[in-house]
Amino acid sequence: MARLTIVTVVVAILAFVLVFELLRRRRLRQKYAFLWVLVAGVTVLLSVFPEALAHASALLGIAVPSNLLFLVSLLILFGVSLQLSIEVGVLEEQTRRLAEEIGALRLRLEEVEWRSRLDPTSDQAADEAPVPTEDDVDGPRRCG
Amino acid sequence: MTATAPAAPPTRQPHAPVLVVLPALNEAESIGRVVAEVRHHQPGADLLVVDDGSVDRTADVARSAGARVMSLPFNLGVGGAMRAAYRFAFEEGYDCVVQVDADGQHDPSDIARLRTALADADIVVGARFAGVGDYVVRGPRRWAMRLLAATLSRLVGTPLTDPTSGFRMVNGRALSLFAFDFPEEYLGDTVEALVLASRARLRIAQVPVAMRERTTGAPSQNAFRSSAYLVRVVTAIVLAVARRAPIARPGSTVEATAT
Repeated sequence: MARLTIVTVVVAILAFVLVFELLRRRRLRQKYAFLWVLVAGVTVLLSVFPEALAHASALLGIAVPSNLLFLVSLLILFGVSLQLSIEVGVLEEQTRRLAEEIGALRLRLEEVEWRSRLDPTSDQAADEAPVPTEDDVDGPRRCG
Repeated sequence: MTATAPAAPPTRQPHAPVLVVLPALNEAESIGRVVAEVRHHQPGADLLVVDDGSVDRTADVARSAGARVMSLPFNLGVGGAMRAAYRFAFEEGYDCVVQVDADGQHDPSDIARLRTALADADIVVGARFAGVGDYVVRGPRRWAMRLLAATLSRLVGTPLTDPTSGFRMVNGRALSLFAFDFPEEYLGDTVEALVLASRARLRIAQVPVAMRERTTGAPSQNAFRSSAYLVRVVTAIVLAVARRAPIARPGSTVEATAT
């Protein structure tokens, strides 16, 4: 049992170090780091005091203590992936908004450029929307 | 709340009141002809082609045909393209925006009829299966469309025979909603947008139109796809109803209808 304790403690400490290192290199945001540090901490506690796990499972009516461990791990993983899905959705929405804005800005910029080429003396001369012709589309306007 | 909504810039230039929007993805073959046709039938209207990340010459062809072109940096889907267009139209101060398919299946001469119907509605949908034209659909897709039409008619409170039609015209009131709140997911731009609009107390009407054969591309008709479509339709409706009602932005509505 002592050997298993050592293995678990080592794994937990490695997890700690990894999280800390990622934080230090600014690869991981603090809001996510907190969860992983918590998980690593609980792992260390459980490997040092295995009775705590047995006690908790008895309290919840779970016959085999390791099942409680599995249940909790599954719940944590479920929560984390759900959270990530939400974040991805938010990011996608923001990217879409930016793409829409870029489309509109690019259109306005093209028209401003076209207008200033028509009449270099004033930058707000033409009232009507200019209609660029074929030879106006040669500039580098693709971005992806 | 006016301060939070990015209102239209104070120095708005006078514009043609109608903006015809053609969301286009790789439609270089048909876009030129469609743009020319729209200009022929609506000489006073402005044309905006939203190039939704095309890899062909769609943008160039549309520009040389005389349309303004908004090129999106990557593909956003019809919903995303329309959301960009609605936002743009709102900021530019248009009163009336009509969406027309770039593949040529909508007849631009019907725009005038949509416009007439807009007198008593905020959103007008050009609909197949309403007595005009001879467009035929069979199998699960037909059931899906029937179910969708029946459910939506009840939800919205107006008979709608073709709620997925992309041929629709909105006025300033609807525009001020869609400029900020337009569902861009699959079926969101058609089905969910109608539910959203009716929950924002906008009036919806339909005008029967004939759809023409697509000049390019083919509609998907196989059984698996149609069943998947049915599932997505049901999901879209359930979600549209379950979601929060749109928030009216009092400031923006006034802005858009004042001109």
